[in-house]
Amino acid sequence: MEVRQVDNPDVQRQKVEDIISAYRDKPGALIPVLHEIQNALGYLPRWVQYRVSNIMNIPVSEVNSIISFYALFSEKPKGEYAIGVCKGTACYVRGADKIIEKLEEELGIEAGDTTPDGKFSIEVMRCLGACGLGPVMVINDDIYTRIKPDKVKDIINAIRQKDGSETT
Amino acid sequence: MQIKINGVVSEVQPGMTILEAAREMGIDIPTLCYLEGVHEAGACRVCIVEVKGARTLVPACITEAADGMEIFTHTSRVRRARRTIIELMLSDHPDECLTCGKNNQCELQKLARAMNIQERKYEGEYSSRVIDDGSPAVIRDSGKCILCRRCLSVCSMIQDVNAIAPIGRGFKTVIAPAGKEPINQSPCVQCGQCVNVCPTGAIIEKSDVIRVWEALEDPRKHVVVQVAPAVRVAIGEVFGLEPGTSVTWKMVSALKKLGFDRVFDTNFTADLTIMEEGSELIQRINEGGRLPMITSCSPGWINYMEYFFPQLVEHLSTCKSPQQMFGAVIKTYYADKAGIPAENIFAVSVMPCTAKKYESQRPEMYSSGYRDVDAVLTTRELGAMLKEAGIDLLSCGEETFDQPFGAGSGAGAIFGNTGGVMEAALRTVYEILTGDELDNLNFHQVRGLTGVKETSVKIGGREFSVAVVHGLGNIRKILEDIDKGRSRYHFIEVMCCPGGCIGGGGQPISKDPGIKEKRIAGLYREDEGLPVRKSHENPAVQELYREFLGHPLGHRSHELLHTRYRNRREQEYENHWKTDSLSKA
Ligand code: SF4
Ligand code: SF4
Ligand code: SF4
Ligand code: FES
Ligand code: FES
Repeated sequence: MEVRQVDNPDVQRQKVEDIISAYRDKPGALIPVLHEIQNALGYLPRWVQYRVSNIMNIPVSEVNSIISFYALFSEKPKGEYAIGVCKGTACYVRGADKIIEKLEEELGIEAGDTTPDGKFSIEVMRCLGACGLGPVMVINDDIYTRIKPDKVKDIINAIRQKDGSETT
Repeated sequence: MQIKINGVVSEVQPGMTILEAAREMGIDIPTLCYLEGVHEAGACRVCIVEVKGARTLVPACITEAADGMEIFTHTSRVRRARRTIIELMLSDHPDECLTCGKNNQCELQKLARAMNIQERKYEGEYSSRVIDDGSPAVIRDSGKCILCRRCLSVCSMIQDVNAIAPIGRGFKTVIAPAGKEPINQSPCVQCGQCVNVCPTGAIIEKSDVIRVWEALEDPRKHVVVQVAPAVRVAIGEVFGLEPGTSVTWKMVSALKKLGFDRVFDTNFTADLTIMEEGSELIQRINEGGRLPMITSCSPGWINYMEYFFPQLVEHLSTCKSPQQMFGAVIKTYYADKAGIPAENIFAVSVMPCTAKKYESQRPEMYSSGYRDVDAVLTTRELGAMLKEAGIDLLSCGEETFDQPFGAGSGAGAIFGNTGGVMEAALRTVYEILTGDELDNLNFHQVRGLTGVKETSVKIGGREFSVAVVHGLGNIRKILEDIDKGRSRYHFIEVMCCPGGCIGGGGQPISKDPGIKEKRIAGLYREDEGLPVRKSHENPAVQELYREFLGHPLGHRSHELLHTRYRNRREQEYENHWKTDSLSKA
């Protein structure tokens, strides 16, 4: 499996400038702006919040207050291996919760968070359109279907092993 | 209309809240989150009362009294409910009163006492505690925060800074700067207004008391102190005097008892500021410099400009504040004159202000080659030191300030209140530009507590348009006009805190609604009582120019008395960019 690619910093900066200037001077645009930036960068780093505040003339404390209030926004980058677990109705019924629990246990973080070494993140997702194959999980571009809770550990360990042999 | 409280009938104005009506009748209802005119959200419910016929208890601070209402403020139902509210707050509060900066002045403590709480009834989960002591001005301890939001209201409504907000959701919500980062890395201007309104010890000033004691006890150090104008009309409150009572000479005596080698008067450098700033104004007008020129003696205000309107900093006078001018002169001119090496001098100032603590450690404030002002005490901290040393201010004798800086003029004294710098400047600029003596030194147009005062003054056949602003929340409109090039003013005075320095974030905390007027009146009495009332006529200032500085705006002045400004807003963004991209790499 490939490590997820991250834009280089200057590309990130440019994307952010473009999004903010598209919404410039439109009142009430804060949430859509944050949303678009999160889609572009995967998360909302602090420098983005300062930039949004400066250009849109909204106190940075307020920007951060909103981000911290909505679970949909994240202040941490996704892991190199971004795990998404579908919690759509079909997957839910087939035990998506158990999968999430196992992941949390194995990685020592809560859903919505990233491991301190930046390797893994867990995200809860909406229906991925593979309902018949649930529960469904994606890790970067790979899709895992019909996962059993007791297989979670093996999947993670396999990635760890491969990752370790690549970097050492 | 009529209402009845605890069986007493009274006539009240329509539109009044139950709390206001009760206060007028002399009936006390406890409050906690309520801050008149600033924070009236009805959030804490400590002020609940029973209204006959109402199903639930109602918060008195936000419920309007209605005709015929019958109210009970202390029934057992009310008392029980209030006690539960406080008990729940205590379940998430450390048991640290004995060592807390607010011990004996804490409103939560007072309420716990008043509610007769004698045990910890609920042992709850403590929310996580962060103590942020990275700022030179204020320390924030989330463990002692009861989430009343008074600080936040003051910071946004009065100061227009919005450094803090509710961060997070549910039980995890805290009142903090963006990202729960240290307040020093936020737009905070260090004004300390939040310190003055926080009911608990969750925000207090960063104390310099220990450093000052150490200097006083160090035999190698020559320790000098300067005292700002606003301190002398407020320090008496710590010893039970009526606000506004001026205790200048007793205070000098008390400072000598504490062990300071020399006691100087910041009013002296207030006069010096007027010489420099007045000359700068005249120069800008004559030579087509950047106008309006805006005063620069309030460091909280400078911090605001540098963050929110960095594009306009050229409108600021380049003069340092009187505190910093004094520091620079002490470690050069005074050191030479007294024959004491500057490195052995420890310069302390007593200020009504927490932003002055921040200012004193700015890199621009080392123009003597040393840190110009080594430590800044607030009025409150001076009070605490006197108490610690067992010095009763009231029974101190009267002494005068030390030479060579003599006393300040009356114009220097009124630097401590809104309108004072403008009035002092007008007295001097008028006489210098016209060569005539003013018949009437009192510029009543610029006095008083209106948020924005404007007037025009005729000087030598020309009209000058001026404005005076206090409380940062009042300045935005004026700055936006300047930004769009349509300001009609020549000169603007801005003081960060409501009322000016007398209302600073380091002043004794008081519940007296007339506190500002009283302290201001005290300073105008000082002014009237002084033999010299114009800065340019202060003989010690004249001598300083003769012996050392040369003339206003001269070479030495530029080195020691003037400063530069930066773009704090861009800096914060770049800092965050750097740390974020570092953690990415
Ligand atoms: S904030 Fe008040 S109640 Fe809390 S420890 Fe300090 S004095 Fe005690
Ligand atoms: S010190 Fe002033 S600017 Fe800073 S948080 Fe407190 S009120 Fe706001
Ligand atoms: S810091 Fe103080 S004023 Fe601010 S919410 Fe907490 S208790 Fe209230
Ligand atoms: S519900 Fe999981 S893929 Fe549709
Ligand atoms: S004081 Fe009335 S609700 Fe807090």
